[in-house]
Amino acid sequence: MIPTRKTAALPSGTALAACVLLLFSGCGRREGHAVNVMGSTSVQPFAELVSEEYIRLHPDKRVEVQGGGSTAGIQALASGLAEIGMCSRSLKPQEASDAVPLTIARDALAIVVHRSNPISDLSIQQLREVFAGRVADWKDVGGKPGPVRVITREEGSGTREAFTQLVMAKARISDRALTQESNGCVRELVEGDRASIGYMSLGLVGDAVKPVRVDDITPTHENVLNNSYKLVRPFLFVTNERTGPQAREFIDFILSDKGQSILEEEGLVRAR
Amino acid sequence: MRQDRIIRFILMLVAFSAIAGLALIAFFIFKEGVPLIFQVGWRDFFLSSEWHPSEGLFGVFAMIMGTLMVTAGAMLIGGVFGLSLAIVMTQFSGPRLAGALKPVIELLAGIPSVVYGFIGVKTIVPLIRDHLGGPGLSVLACSIVLGVMVLPTVASISIDAFRAVPRSFWEGSLALGATRWQTTCMVMLKAARSGLVAAVILGMGRAVGETMAVIMVAGNSLAIPDSILAPVRTLTSNIALEMGYASGLHRKALFAAGVTLFVIIMILNTAAITLSSNRARAKGGAK
Repeated sequence: MIPTRKTAALPSGTALAACVLLLFSGCGRREGHAVNVMGSTSVQPFAELVSEEYIRLHPDKRVEVQGGGSTAGIQALASGLAEIGMCSRSLKPQEASDAVPLTIARDALAIVVHRSNPISDLSIQQLREVFAGRVADWKDVGGKPGPVRVITREEGSGTREAFTQLVMAKARISDRALTQESNGCVRELVEGDRASIGYMSLGLVGDAVKPVRVDDITPTHENVLNNSYKLVRPFLFVTNERTGPQAREFIDFILSDKGQSILEEEGLVRAR
Repeated sequence: MRQDRIIRFILMLVAFSAIAGLALIAFFIFKEGVPLIFQVGWRDFFLSSEWHPSEGLFGVFAMIMGTLMVTAGAMLIGGVFGLSLAIVMTQFSGPRLAGALKPVIELLAGIPSVVYGFIGVKTIVPLIRDHLGGPGLSVLACSIVLGVMVLPTVASISIDAFRAVPRSFWEGSLALGATRWQTTCMVMLKAARSGLVAAVILGMGRAVGETMAVIMVAGNSLAIPDSILAPVRTLTSNIALEMGYASGLHRKALFAAGVTLFVIIMILNTAAITLSSNRARAKGGAK
């Protein structure tokens, strides 16, 4: 009995030591030259792509991208956990005291429905009515008769806040709306449910769902660039005076032609 | 002797650190949450369904209702199936079938909740949407998934309860000419009753606290569900959905939702402990 116990204790002890070592080495690296980027889960996949390319071109640099949400990103910046906060909505007045927002790209919000849904055009007014729950049947907005199922994002999500700012004005999103916790979940649900309507990042729409035209404008790159498509939000990198030179180099890279074209290939729209 | 004392001391230290952990968790949840309940007023917190954190409205009534509805549904499904399973395994099957079923139940208990949620989203939700109507993400879907998840808890504790009934009860009943089913209904169920109630309550505790699977299949809408096909938001899924983004009052309100949950689970656990200690006393008296 006793020898078996000892051999069992040994590997777990080593594992613990390894964990502790790993923890410290992680800290050391961060203090060394890893740039921590944290925030919006909408910006995260794009920032990761750019950081991969950045590290490929500059193997001595380190950039670590984490999610957590727009608000969490700005908090992490304020508390010094991150050097760059990612944010997928405009900064709120109380957040902007020493935080400097910088638009790295723009993203359109696409309104998506099931592929079989005949609706192809909705006005912002109609969207507001639909998402506020005042339109219960598709025939009221010119579709096939049947219930409308609204899909929204959770409270605090940058996508939701951008949608509220751009579409809802003072109205509340219906409390019957299904709440999903990511762009992917919204797409998944719309793909499977003929009655549903949701909003999501244009860059992530893909072929599984159908984006509708808003106020007669198709959500495309060109229409965002020429400012005719209205549901557009900024993707921000937020910095403050503690943001170091390594982080600024990464920001310069993301704003360079190379960085911007990576973002563009992935469906975002250039910052300028 | 000295070695004994040292080991005793170390083990006590470990035991008390577990208690201290619980005390710390309780302290922090209450410290963060309770002031907010008083700040918004307990009526506006517990009895209102208006949950709009950005407007400073924090009413959790709909979520308490949601939690209770989903839990009731889960217990209906998990309770009936779990209890039936326990009856089959202890009364109607030979050692070979029981021996085959036991590891299956244990395996069922070991599947991570996110897997249950995924199966729910991929199979149960589309089935409900296509055949019963509604969005599919619903009280019903949630109850089914949770029901399967609590089934192992209910079944294994019920099995222990049946096994704890003295064999002489069973033998006596059969000797008097009762059939197996009559024995089960009239003798075993009654003799094991308090243990079975404890099984159901412990299962309930698991259903109330489950989060991941619930987020995936419940739909998480804020309104109080008006049918079992309507979507629902529970206290746990609300906390998990919003905590990543919450700050200030909103964060405190999520802690307050945690306090609510804590109290609900405390009530259930206290009930379970009381019932099972009654059982122990009853057993002691029978001897």
